[in-house]
Amino acid sequence: MKRVVVVGGAFAFTLLLVAAMRELAPAAIDLRPSVAAHLAASGVEHPVTAVLLNYRGYDTLLEIAVLLLALLGILAVTRDQGGGAPRPVDPLLQMLARIAATLMIVVAIYLLWAGAFRPGGAFQAGAVLAAAMVLLHLTGLLPGWRQPGVRLRWGLAAGFLVFLAVAAALLLAGGLLTYPPAHAGALILLIESGLTFSLGLILAGLFLFLSRDEGDAP
Amino acid sequence: MNLGLAFDLLLAASLLWSAWRALNASRLDRAIVLFIVFGLLMALAWARLSAPDIALAEAAIGAGLTGALLLDAYGALRRRDTAEARE
Repeated sequence: MKRVVVVGGAFAFTLLLVAAMRELAPAAIDLRPSVAAHLAASGVEHPVTAVLLNYRGYDTLLEIAVLLLALLGILAVTRDQGGGAPRPVDPLLQMLARIAATLMIVVAIYLLWAGAFRPGGAFQAGAVLAAAMVLLHLTGLLPGWRQPGVRLRWGLAAGFLVFLAVAAALLLAGGLLTYPPAHAGALILLIESGLTFSLGLILAGLFLFLSRDEGDAP
Repeated sequence: MNLGLAFDLLLAASLLWSAWRALNASRLDRAIVLFIVFGLLMALAWARLSAPDIALAEAAIGAGLTGALLLDAYGALRRRDTAEARE
């Protein structure tokens, strides 16, 4: 009986929301014409990338900082876990995982490059890189990470540091993340490359720091 | 009735169905697989709404990485349970 009331209430509320949405006035500010008008000076040809890395670059700067903080939080609460020997895995599976990981790295680089003129970009490319690392970990080719070494720490922070360095240099030159149109394309590609590399490591780190090699647990 | 509308209706129905099943599944592993299915259908829905950027992010992060993390957590829970059962 209670269930019927809950479902009925949710249904009525949904209908109310739909009715309210139909009453909404059209958006007061339409930003699409101004995005399109300045696309030529943004350094990229795809409007989404232009918004993410040029017009509202500081949003993306804070986004990567938040992701880095999330990973630091995980590192703070996970203990140094004793990793056992990796579980035995079918060699055929390992070979296929190697081929798939190679292809995924190529796809990630393509997505990074394509972000300038079609859907793609650093976040998607980083996610594909991270998925390749997770795949290698699950097939026993890449051991789980315990405590990050010096090189891994620099790798995790590199994207944020590159972005921050570019932002600081531009702040000295003029305004925060206002690229000179002549060099905007190159700067965005530099930032996106750093972001892809670090995002791959960070997103893979969410998995690899938490996961334990205990396939042969007692 | 054209084909695009039929596909959209089917997509919306299967989104609702997979969301409902994922919330109501009695077994945890089944719920996780249904969550991944929901993520992939959601990516399709974004693509149909001509937002390919969000579709890519949803497929890679929403379905792929989150699904892998959930499956890993499920595996860890199950290992802990069997270890406790043996003691």
